[in-house]
Amino acid sequence: MKITSRTVSLSRRIAAIVVASALIGTALAGCASTSSGTPAGSTDVAAALKKGGTITYWSWTPSAEAQVAAFEKAYPKVHVKLVNAGTNTTEYTKLQNAIKAGSGAPDVAQVEYYAIPQFALSKSLVDLTAYGFDSLKSAYTPGPWSSVNVGGGLYGLPQDSGPMALFYNKTVFDKYGLTVPTTWDEYIADAKKLHAANPEAYITSDSGDSGFTTSMIWQAGGRPFTSNGSKVSINLQDEGSKKWASTWNELVDNKLLSPVPGWSDDWFKSLGNGNVASLITGAWMPGVLESSVKDGSGQWRVAPTPTYDGKPANSENGGGGQVVLKQSKNPALAAGFLKWLNNSPGSIKVFLASGGFPSTTSELNSEAFLADAPDYFGGQKINEVLVQGAKDVSTGWSYLPYQVYANSIYGDTVGQSYVSAGDLNAGLSAWQKSLADYGNQQGFTVTTK
Amino acid sequence: MTSTSIVRLAQRATPARRNRRDWRGWAFVAPFMLVFLAMIIAPVVYAIGLSLFREQLFGGTVFVGLNNYLAVFQDAKFWQALGRVTLFLVVQVPIMLALSLTAALALDSARLHGAAFFRIAIFLPYAVPGVVAALIWGFIYGDQFGLTAGINDLLGAHVLEPFSAQAILGSIGNIVTWEFMGYNMLIFYAALRVVPSDIYEAAEIDGAGAMRTVFSIKIPALRGAIVIATIFSIIGSFQLFNEPNLLKILSPNVITSYFTPNMYAYNLSFAGQQFNYAATVAIVMGVITAVIAYVVQLRGSRQESI
Amino acid sequence: MAVTALARSPRAQLRAARKRDPRQRRSVVLTIVMALFVLYSVVPLLWLIINATKSQPDLYSTFGLWFGKDFTLFQNIVDTLTYRDGIFVKWFGNTLLYVVVGAGGATLLATVAGYGLAKFTFPGKRAVFAVILGAIAVPGTALAVPTFLMFSQVGLTNTPWAIILPSLISPFGLYLIWTYTIDAVPTELLEAARMDGSGEFRTFFTISLRLLAPGVVTVLLFAIVATWNNYFLPLIMLSDPTWYPLTVGLSQWSAQATGVAAQPIYNLVITGSLITIIPIVAVFLLLQRYWQSGLAAGSVKQ
Repeated sequence: MKITSRTVSLSRRIAAIVVASALIGTALAGCASTSSGTPAGSTDVAAALKKGGTITYWSWTPSAEAQVAAFEKAYPKVHVKLVNAGTNTTEYTKLQNAIKAGSGAPDVAQVEYYAIPQFALSKSLVDLTAYGFDSLKSAYTPGPWSSVNVGGGLYGLPQDSGPMALFYNKTVFDKYGLTVPTTWDEYIADAKKLHAANPEAYITSDSGDSGFTTSMIWQAGGRPFTSNGSKVSINLQDEGSKKWASTWNELVDNKLLSPVPGWSDDWFKSLGNGNVASLITGAWMPGVLESSVKDGSGQWRVAPTPTYDGKPANSENGGGGQVVLKQSKNPALAAGFLKWLNNSPGSIKVFLASGGFPSTTSELNSEAFLADAPDYFGGQKINEVLVQGAKDVSTGWSYLPYQVYANSIYGDTVGQSYVSAGDLNAGLSAWQKSLADYGNQQGFTVTTK
Repeated sequence: MTSTSIVRLAQRATPARRNRRDWRGWAFVAPFMLVFLAMIIAPVVYAIGLSLFREQLFGGTVFVGLNNYLAVFQDAKFWQALGRVTLFLVVQVPIMLALSLTAALALDSARLHGAAFFRIAIFLPYAVPGVVAALIWGFIYGDQFGLTAGINDLLGAHVLEPFSAQAILGSIGNIVTWEFMGYNMLIFYAALRVVPSDIYEAAEIDGAGAMRTVFSIKIPALRGAIVIATIFSIIGSFQLFNEPNLLKILSPNVITSYFTPNMYAYNLSFAGQQFNYAATVAIVMGVITAVIAYVVQLRGSRQESI
Repeated sequence: MAVTALARSPRAQLRAARKRDPRQRRSVVLTIVMALFVLYSVVPLLWLIINATKSQPDLYSTFGLWFGKDFTLFQNIVDTLTYRDGIFVKWFGNTLLYVVVGAGGATLLATVAGYGLAKFTFPGKRAVFAVILGAIAVPGTALAVPTFLMFSQVGLTNTPWAIILPSLISPFGLYLIWTYTIDAVPTELLEAARMDGSGEFRTFFTISLRLLAPGVVTVLLFAIVATWNNYFLPLIMLSDPTWYPLTVGLSQWSAQATGVAAQPIYNLVITGSLITIIPIVAVFLLLQRYWQSGLAAGSVKQ
């Protein structure tokens, strides 16, 4: 089949929501691999793809199935065994188990950004600079790209990203006369006004979530975790951390947060019936709202994340990429699949169609993407807001080299401040202490301030 | 089941044959023992081995002697977890067994309409996997939209909060009671069925009323079954894992990562990669469980002999 | 009391028990009390049945103990069985495999060994007692982590063996058969068979096993429940969903409602749960007669 440049430019313009046919996927895949330069190592990848073979791919993202199908169409000699080994931490546990067991790990796995340092540090991942993937830097927005770079190595390619935004239920806001907040002070004022008017309703739901907390500290300018090899520094009482904690204390202490835990049955119901009036979360949320909160259709809108001083400032929440495991018997082939998966327009199109929010600059800046105006959001061009949010993300953030463990004990420490409506700073300090103890036990040199 | 009873059993079971070098019994016992050694004894030995080392991300594996044990004894999280399951055990087990006993006595009284239906209906939850039970109750407990919300609406106030810090242990206890009440009822009921009828005839001749028969004949006759049920319930309580682990999604802060000793051991190994320390926790819990089960058995049989 | 109970075979005792109290009148109060017990036991199951008929949106918007706007039970069943290329059916098959091999093997081993312990004296019997005794009180889940590490070293993790092998041991089953054999298989009968020149295993399979049937069925049933409900072990042993049993699969479906690419499928979780418990309930109902008399023998010996 012929690849014409018209096919390419035409398909670039196709709206993000259009499901890419496998045919187009094939054409674009072929194109993408020739358009990038030919750095050392990429010949291995091309040869491996040509030769074919079988690899295993662990993912829980809904687009994986269609992406694998499109890939196999483009590279008929390669068979990808897609396995859903569980969602987020469940998968990490299994991945960790397989690494510990010395066998059973997949060739390619989906890993969220916060977990990548942990796997990179335990030397379980392939450094993709060997295949010249470091030259792909310009294709991605800075936040996600820095998340896959750990200690000088490149340990994955970004798939989605989650610049934060304020998602709010306009019907509820109008009904109670709430203004769309641009600062956190306004947000807290809204919270008080809403809950006073309707004791069943809350401005947002937050019963303590480690991912949310770290994103909020990031947004407030905090950089509590830094590491260099086995040296780790933790300061969950730096200026940004304190700034967030004292603001959020207002909501926690006055019981202005819905106690419904995120992602529960009750939570989805609350989003649909207006009892939770807004969410501060990643740009991947529209897909979840549209598919799982059907009752809220037409009511939700998107606004930039409120800030402390009214000037734009943002951070990432959630999102992740794919990595190649050291256990892989065919890392070049695995890398080839990974590159196609997260760096070919054909694959990214499938990903977008499933409601994902991309990390690639060309998609984020494409007119079709920015012009998307879903009915669910009352025809608002939500991507304009979300893409601006991506540009406002501040740099220099990093997670702990044992962030998965850190998040698993978040409820034991910071979570307790939520339960007792106490001071979040106390919870953060307790978290810091547990993290320092754990790090030292594991042979890190942990310094705390 | 437990030491003294099995020893007694062994003495009773001694058959007439006196051949000392009779190995035929081994042919019957050997397959079980082989698998038993591989699946129970070997992991125990392996766990003991693990508990003597410490493996670090940086620094490799070092022999630490009994340091892990010392650490467990000074570990506030471990003792909190143990205290929690002990509290659970002290409250939930008696309530559940009392309910089971009441139901069994009612079934045995032969004064019920449709006894067979009651027997099987109450037993049904036992067939429900713990995972499914936790899912069902998780939905029911939802105090925004679940059945609990409906009850709160009826009461006109937010009275029931199954996932609050004060209520969570009770909520878990309720699930466990629901799962095992029928099972224990059947154990008791089965035991009651084999009380020889001449005892009842004698009691009837004495003019004993129904309640007196219950307290002076039936309950004493059930002592053995009660001891067994208690021991199983103790082991079950100390092993509590599925229910709190699944409810943690709905109550992420109240149910901590060290809510029960078993959850603690699980999270130590699989979230924290601290396999050596987790093995130590598991061994300490095993020893504590064994000791308590043994004490209950001793007490149970002492009363029996009086 | 053990001695008196021993005097008769379990069946004879049951027969005697059933004949008693013919003049007792039925009590309405007692029946009402028991009805409350039934209500407690059955309401959650009713909830499961009712909600298995609802669509995912109806689950969020309608009252829990009554039917939703749409009756989608059949659609839910079809969706459950076909979701992700019918992985649920695969899980069902896995569960059956683990139950047939695991519970079947456990029952066989426990029956043969329990019989051997009850009817033979052999060197080392005391040691066998001591070892089994000590191990009974070790919490099963405490063994899970070391077992996982052991299995991972010999490459057994993520295979069906990782589930089947540990479930082959049922100390409770061994105990039950042991006590049951003492009553149900008279030693004189075995002596007579030996006189006739029958080998020990032939005697066991042709004569003793038949006498042990109710006890064996009881052990089998409880082993079936234990393997059918097994969650912890497969959770840590398996990473490939194509080997999951139903319990782990369902909890994975339930967890799918969280995070970035959340796809709640609670309607399938609920319908799947219903489908999961139906076979085991059916087995219990069908074999009621056997396990109740088997339990009667096992539960009282103290």
